Amino acid sequence: MDFALSPQDWTVIGLSLKVSLVAVAAMLPVAFALAWILARWRFPGKLLLDALVHLPLVVPPVVTGWLLLLLFGINGPIGSLLDRWFGITLLFRWTGAALAAAIMAMPLMVRAMRLSIESVDRRLEQAAQTLGASPLRTFLSISLPLSLPGVLAGAMLGFARSIGEFGATITFVSDIPGETRTLPIAIYAALQVPGAEAAVSRFAVISVLLSLGALLMSELLARRVAKGRMPHVL
Amino acid sequence: MSFDIAVRRRLDGRDIALTCRADARLIALIGPSGVGKTSILNMVAGLLTPDEGHVAIGGERLFDRAAGIDVPPADRHAGYLFQDLRLFPHMRVEQNLRYGRRPGGNLSQDEVLTFLGIGHLLHRMPATLSGGEAQRVAIGRALLSAPRFLLMDEPLSGVDRARRDDILALIERLRDEMRLPILYVTHDMREAERLADLIVEMPGG
Repeated sequence: MDFALSPQDWTVIGLSLKVSLVAVAAMLPVAFALAWILARWRFPGKLLLDALVHLPLVVPPVVTGWLLLLLFGINGPIGSLLDRWFGITLLFRWTGAALAAAIMAMPLMVRAMRLSIESVDRRLEQAAQTLGASPLRTFLSISLPLSLPGVLAGAMLGFARSIGEFGATITFVSDIPGETRTLPIAIYAALQVPGAEAAVSRFAVISVLLSLGALLMSELLARRVAKGRMPHVL
Repeated sequence: MSFDIAVRRRLDGRDIALTCRADARLIALIGPSGVGKTSILNMVAGLLTPDEGHVAIGGERLFDRAAGIDVPPADRHAGYLFQDLRLFPHMRVEQNLRYGRRPGGNLSQDEVLTFLGIGHLLHRMPATLSGGEAQRVAIGRALLSAPRFLLMDEPLSGVDRARRDDILALIERLRDEMRLPILYVTHDMREAERLADLIVEMPGG
């Protein structure tokens, strides 16, 4: 088996990393806000929000991709506005692949973050209040650092999920070499070509290694949450 | 009038109430476990909202249902010594001590460190402190927040017998030298008799 990587291979790997990093970075604040709301707020319809957040986990990815196509396509309600106001098109672009990866990673990210927000001892927040801390300072100095391992674990998990994202991506942004051909899509494309087994195995090994690395990081961080060992960042 | 408290709150199907108007340096609130002594402290600190009543300490109204006054906990300037201490586990002792430091405190950090004998602990993490050390750091953190009064919830509960006298002597000095009104929760009558000008018993339900 030949493991030397061609320039095209590097393009695929670079694109996959770019798409996944952008997806996780963009989803991070959204997922944290959702996790916070689900962990801390009480309101009617919370169950529904919880279900909606988890939907990408259980709906066939191709359906998620199709919904993205409806919403963010050129004539979609969001896609047409993005195009008209900002000149942004997501369809058939790597940014669209990042959006698909972000949506698919969201449930896992929210779950990990929510668990860690729920594990923050609220009595510590009360103590901060009696010491004169504003809600913002309490959040920044107590709640956020104490939930940080879970937030990072969620981000790692989201990254691993993004690296593996296939169904929603190919439905939404198709397979365009250099633009939307990420690792899983490259594997699928190589499988269609006779005699490209070497490329398939190269990509497969790389995606397994990338995802494994992210999962291990996530697991290590999650253990820190479980043990209550907090990072001393602030 | 140092203490003017009349609060009532229904919690888990029980009425928790206290009425107490006194000019005392230290009031001991005594009663068996589970009668709501801590809830009373929480109401004074602003962490639990009374269903009715008022709270005024040192002439300052902190809560008055009828008048619509409810000062947020951050602005009440309570030095609250929690029973479980609640030192911030991710911060060193020094950061814990500094956390609540406000301008206008009548004590410098050095004075507090000397007073409590905790100068050598500054770089330690809370998890590495003994019960007595953690207790003194928690007292220090409360004192450095420029409190107008102190709330102490069973401060001897986590301290071994040998250290009890030290902490008791310390509380007496706080009472006599700092001249801060103290509301002190305990279930031990001897402790209450030693420290308090006034003992308020909360009957068991």
